[in-house]
Formats: sequence, structure tokens, C-alpha cells
Amino acid sequence: MTDDDQQLRVSKIRNGTVIDHITGGQALNVLAILGIDGTSGDSVSVAMNMPSDRLGKKDIVKVEGKELSQNEVDVLSLIAPAASINIVRDFEVVEKARVERPSMVEGVLECPNHNCISTEDEPVKSRFAVVDDGVRCEYCETIIRDNLPAHILAE
Amino acid sequence: MRHDHIISAKQLSRADIEAVLDHAADIAADPGAYADRHADTLLGLLFFEPSTRTKMSFTTAMKRLGGDIVDMGSVESSSVKKGESLADTVRVVEGYADALVLRHPMEGSSKMASEFVDVPLVNAGDGAGQHPTQTLLDLYTIRENAGFDDLTIGIMGDLKYGRTVHSLAHALTNVDAHQHFISPESLQLPRSVRYDLHQEGAEVREHTELDEVLPELDVLYVTRIQRERFPDESEYRAVAGQYQIDSETLEAAKDDLTVMHPLPRVDEIAHDIDDTDYATYFEQAHNGVPVRMALLDMLLEANE
Repeated sequence: MTDDDQQLRVSKIRNGTVIDHITGGQALNVLAILGIDGTSGDSVSVAMNMPSDRLGKKDIVKVEGKELSQNEVDVLSLIAPAASINIVRDFEVVEKARVERPSMVEGVLECPNHNCISTEDEPVKSRFAVVDDGVRCEYCETIIRDNLPAHILAE
Repeated sequence: MRHDHIISAKQLSRADIEAVLDHAADIAADPGAYADRHADTLLGLLFFEPSTRTKMSFTTAMKRLGGDIVDMGSVESSSVKKGESLADTVRVVEGYADALVLRHPMEGSSKMASEFVDVPLVNAGDGAGQHPTQTLLDLYTIRENAGFDDLTIGIMGDLKYGRTVHSLAHALTNVDAHQHFISPESLQLPRSVRYDLHQEGAEVREHTELDEVLPELDVLYVTRIQRERFPDESEYRAVAGQYQIDSETLEAAKDDLTVMHPLPRVDEIAHDIDDTDYATYFEQAHNGVPVRMALLDMLLEANE
């Protein structure tokens, strides 16, 4: 089964984003990163643990009516480093890109250390350096290794 | 010294450390020679937490360099009480002073504040984070008493929340030191410090009992176990007594052991050690003045 066949297991979208090659089992976390909980009314399709030559098992997410911001892509890359992002307009894939692991993510994660200055009402954005197996707050140096989606800043 | 701000011991190379300590030794040998070095210079003191030694030694250091201080005063009497942000406070005070010294209860506060000012900013303690100038005076004291070559140091007490420990552990990766950390399991080094020590390839061992390692030590650095950090009083009582030392404890130590403490102490070092050759904590506190004079002199010179 080709990647295109697998993507077609769920319905095609007119305009939006197809995120393919998500690490198997991470699709719900990807939705969390994108702030998608199903309440907005947009169509969302999820396929989980599909066979994949490259990953063994992979997830696919299709989101109607949404294109990802760079911040979203950056955080996505931390939990799904092999993901590819396909932008769809009028049923055609107009852009296709692999995510790249950034050296820094800014303004998208909240530091879990309640005594970190970045959690106060100060005119700075949270900033995390990407380290070997997680991210590290640039202010208080707290390292987050697990469950990154739980630390995504509320809009 | 090429740094505009002194935020973390991690930014100090071996060469930086040696340069500050050498300069501090020159100053200590002839403090009068520096009496007019920075006349008309004002140091802004922003202490959002109580402090005795750090604040007084910075004040003394600046005055002994011929300058003066402007002091924000207590938080209760400042605009902070009205809800002013830290970013605004430092931006205002940089207009009054040639350099700033900041102590603040939140981790990362100095790092953040430094992003808003052009004058040099020195971290004088940010919550449980870092305290780099304490580390410089600790290193000065260690170098004077035990040297940096093949040094075996035990650091005992609250390693989790102790900012002096975090800074010192980082800095010791620059010298030939074997580091032993002695604490209750609940107060072991935080993940971020372990990560850095691992990245630096530091030789580190952890213990829960001092007697496992005491005979090997050249330096024993004691910190206060902070009762207020324990969620349960009985947990505190279970560990506190194990981390008190007295002259009987030190019978197993080398004769030339150096006992240090950033102070204030409560009961972790018995007074019967004070008059022994082991006790170095008051000398350590006094070293804060020449070391901070050296650091301020170098920072101010670099920014003139």
C-alpha cells in the first residue's frame, strides 16, 4: 500500500493540511498541539498505527480549513520528528515539507516551574532550547522530557 | 572579562574564573590602591528578597572602589508593591546607575532582566537558580585553602533548591575536581544541573551519608536543609539530624579539611567547629568583598 493509498483511507480534504508520517500513537497529541478538540466544527480525520516502511507504524491527521503556523510546526517536530506536512488547496497538494527540529521554540510552551519568571506577567515570551531528548526553559533551565502537549500555552 | 552581564556560573570559563580570582587576590593584598578606582560610579541594588551578606558585601565593594550605591530599598516601600513589572523596574533604575545587582525570588529573573538593560547586570541570586558571585568567592576560598588540582569536594545539604550549590557545581567542572553530593534522596540535585554536569563529563558521585566519603574530602561545603521546602514536617525531622556536623564528626576527616558554608547556618555546623582549623566559613564570607570588588572593577572597566 503506498503512502497516497493510505492517505486516501480517510476522505480527501478540499483545503487544509495533511500531516503524514506522525510517530505511531502520537496523532492525538498532534491534535492537542494544534488546539483541535472537535468543537470548532471543522472536519478532522485521524488514522492511527498504519503500516509504514519508514516508521513501522505511523499516524495521519487531516485537518480541513487549517494551515499550520511555524510555531505549531516547531512543536510538532518535537513529538513527530519524521512528520511531513502537505498543504492542500482545492483538493491538490500545493506544498509538501518535512518538519525540521528547531534549536529553539518561542511562545508556544509554558514552563512547568511555577517559580519561573516566564510564568509571571512580564513582557517576555516563554523560550525553550531544544536539547537531546526534550526542551529546556531558557530562563529557569527546567527540562521537559515527557508529555510536551500538556505544556502548550493556551491561546 | 568579556561578559556584559553575570547571570550564571555556566558562562564563566576557567580563564574568566582565574582572572577574577587573581584580581581579587591583588585587591586583597593592597585594597587601598583601588580606593579611587571608580569614583562617581553608582551601583544600583535591586534586592527583592532579604539579604545580609550579599547586599552588604556588594555595598562595601562598591564603596571601597570609590563609588556609591543607589538602593531600591524593601519591596514593601517600592513601586513593586504597586504591581510594577521587573522589566520596568530595571529599565527605570538603569537610568540611575552604571551597573545593577539583582536578587529576586524567581528563577530566571536575572536572565530576563538582562534582556531589558544595557548596563551590566549581576545576578545576586534568582530563586533556586544560580548565585554566580557566591560561587566566585567560594572558588577563591577553595583555591586559597585547598587549591584546584586534584580537588575532592563534598557538597552536602539541600542540593535541590540550593542555588549556591547549582552555581558551584557548574563552576567546578572547570577545575580538576571530584564532586561528591551528599543529601537526602528528596533533596538531590535537580535534573537540569545533572544534565549539565553530565554534558560536561564531570566526575560526580551521590551519597545519602557523609561518612561514606568524608575521609576522602579536601573540602566539605555544607548548606542548610531548608525546613520550609518539605511538604511534611516529619519528613524533615527524619533527615535533618543526619546532616549536622560537629567536631566529633570530623574526627574521620583529613587534618587539612576545609569546611565551608555560604551562611546563614542554623544548626548544620556545630559551634564547636568554629575555633578549629577546619572552619573557613567566616573567611569565606569576608572574601566576598575583594571578589566582588574584582568582578565589579572588571565589568565596569569593560563597559567604559
